[in-house]
Amino acid sequence: MIPFLKNAIISGTPLTFAILGAMYNEKAGNLNLGIEGMMLLGAVAGFQVAILTGNPLLSLLAAMVFGALGALIYAFLTVTLRTNQSVTGLALTIFGTGLSRFWGKRLMGTVIPESFSRNFRPLSMPFLSKIPVIGPVLSVFLEQDLFVYLSYAVVILSGIYLYHTRFGLNLRAVGENTAAADASGINVTLYKYVHILLGGALCGLGGAYLSLVYVPSWQDNVTSGRGWIAIALVIFTSWSPYRAFWGAFLFGGLDIVGFRIQTLNLPVSINQHFLRMLPYIATILVIIIGSVRKSTSHMPPADLGKPYFREER
Amino acid sequence: MKKRRILCLLVAILSVAMVLTGCSSDQKGAGGGKLKVGFIYIGTAGEPGYTYAHEQGRLYAEEKLGDKVEFVIQENVSDTDDSIVAVMQSMIEQGCKVIFANSYGFMDYMYDMAQEHPDVVFLHCSGSKSRENMLNYFGRIYQARYLSGIVAGMKTETNKIGYVAAHPIPEVIRGINAFTLGVRSVNPNATVEVVWTSTWYDPSLEKAAAISLLDKGCDVIAQHQDTTGPQIAAQERGKWCIGYNCDTADIVPESFLTAPIWNWGPYYTDQIQKVLDGTWKSENYWGGMEDGVVKLAPLTKNAPAGAQEKVDEMTQKIINGEFKVFEGPIKDQSGNVKVPEGKVMTDDELLSFDWFVEGVVGTLPES
Repeated sequence: MIPFLKNAIISGTPLTFAILGAMYNEKAGNLNLGIEGMMLLGAVAGFQVAILTGNPLLSLLAAMVFGALGALIYAFLTVTLRTNQSVTGLALTIFGTGLSRFWGKRLMGTVIPESFSRNFRPLSMPFLSKIPVIGPVLSVFLEQDLFVYLSYAVVILSGIYLYHTRFGLNLRAVGENTAAADASGINVTLYKYVHILLGGALCGLGGAYLSLVYVPSWQDNVTSGRGWIAIALVIFTSWSPYRAFWGAFLFGGLDIVGFRIQTLNLPVSINQHFLRMLPYIATILVIIIGSVRKSTSHMPPADLGKPYFREER
Repeated sequence: MKKRRILCLLVAILSVAMVLTGCSSDQKGAGGGKLKVGFIYIGTAGEPGYTYAHEQGRLYAEEKLGDKVEFVIQENVSDTDDSIVAVMQSMIEQGCKVIFANSYGFMDYMYDMAQEHPDVVFLHCSGSKSRENMLNYFGRIYQARYLSGIVAGMKTETNKIGYVAAHPIPEVIRGINAFTLGVRSVNPNATVEVVWTSTWYDPSLEKAAAISLLDKGCDVIAQHQDTTGPQIAAQERGKWCIGYNCDTADIVPESFLTAPIWNWGPYYTDQIQKVLDGTWKSENYWGGMEDGVVKLAPLTKNAPAGAQEKVDEMTQKIINGEFKVFEGPIKDQSGNVKVPEGKVMTDDELLSFDWFVEGVVGTLPES
């Protein structure tokens, strides 16, 4: 059970970043369907820099920059030119997928430098196993690599930023009622740009976790649809960074639970196609539950998806 | 204001479009008097895997045949819908007289296309349909899998070997069985644990499947998958792995033992040469180690002592026909003798394999 939970965290880490990335977009009132595209841009850029420099920090930086560049295209189109957000987001996903394939062609078959596996090896904390009950539970969260720790940090910092700072309050105001935020003197365009770019950078990190740590070799379409799951999970976790972490943990677990059940050699065989369906069924259920249960703290930002025209105020 | 915005948008779209079209690779013009040969791949030729092995074969043929032949290649063609039809049509329009395609799902489309174009030669890999101008070809990779099983069986200390498998089709089942027979020929106590991924290609999922096997105590991981995900999982845990398709010793140097690999070059050269000579005939092909179309990658320093000698001995016996992998007695999972002593399974039986031999732990999901 403990190895399974540990792997559920690992498998959920790209999702954590992607959910937070999508969440920042939506807090700013922009529905971004380009998550998958930005993840792939980050994945390929991070990998390229890893091959060139062998420096983990530079690779993460490159992943963030390219994720943010993808977001910049989206921000320019939706915020400045006020295009349809869904269409623009879809275009970004298609663009990101295509560019990562084109770019990744020459990266295939290359091996990540050894410095990476050294730096991103799970920490071992043998003393934890000596503590009864709590020890193994803690080891699930603590015996992880530094990239996973980074995701913990981003979750906690996002929570503080959103709910305990003036900027976070302003951001939420932009998403809830753009016109009112504008009237109260908040620079709406600036807030939207900054947070869409920040979201893109986080998505880029999520992609980089896959290409640099989880898979560590370049493979086409390394995200295999996680960007889409993340968009659904933002709703599942109702726009809260803390719930985002648990949602990613749960879905990371659902992603790999099928293999564990197979290795149990149960007398009754459970159809694997059914197991592979579970995460998606869970997504649909959660969306239904979310829309039935109308508590205000679980509602999407009220101005989500609406282009903002000051003249029409 | 509004007009300017639209203009701005148009400029943006046009410039993006221009950049994109600039990137697309342009096909070479028609070569005078050269034979044009098309290759249609399900995967990516640049990445060590199934398609890569085919591409290596094509490159070999290109080198051998020199300027008599011109190639047109299309990668990443989906085999779950009819996208191959448009690819074949475009290749024929470009003047291709020979077309190769390397995935099972291409078969029916190719079969129909072959009827429409009797002047074009079609070669389909891993299928079962043929006609006047279309043959199917494949290799007895299970022979090399048997040999890799010997290496795994000698290497394992926990007597548990993991096998990450794609889809429960006869080809995969045959491979698992051959591998298990190889394992048990040197280590009758070892078992082979199978996990299904339902995909040929998903790096992270294949890795997760391998991790579930490693957590269960397996110390050698074999695979019937197209990415190196399972091998990387084994290396990260300090365990061992058997690859597939091509020699990936430089990607996972610490854990790689060997791999059953393809060697298509001689066959491709031979077939294209026959078309050039006008002697090509539609003859289905299922070659084995005796033709060199399947091989075992060189054993690495990680391989157990004595494995090389054992593998060499069995390789010799397979090549000169003294030994057949699926020769009785063979028992199934519940211990019943399925193939009696002295009997060898026929090719038809091998092509419709739907049961596991003794020593395999795992179930065949209904597909």
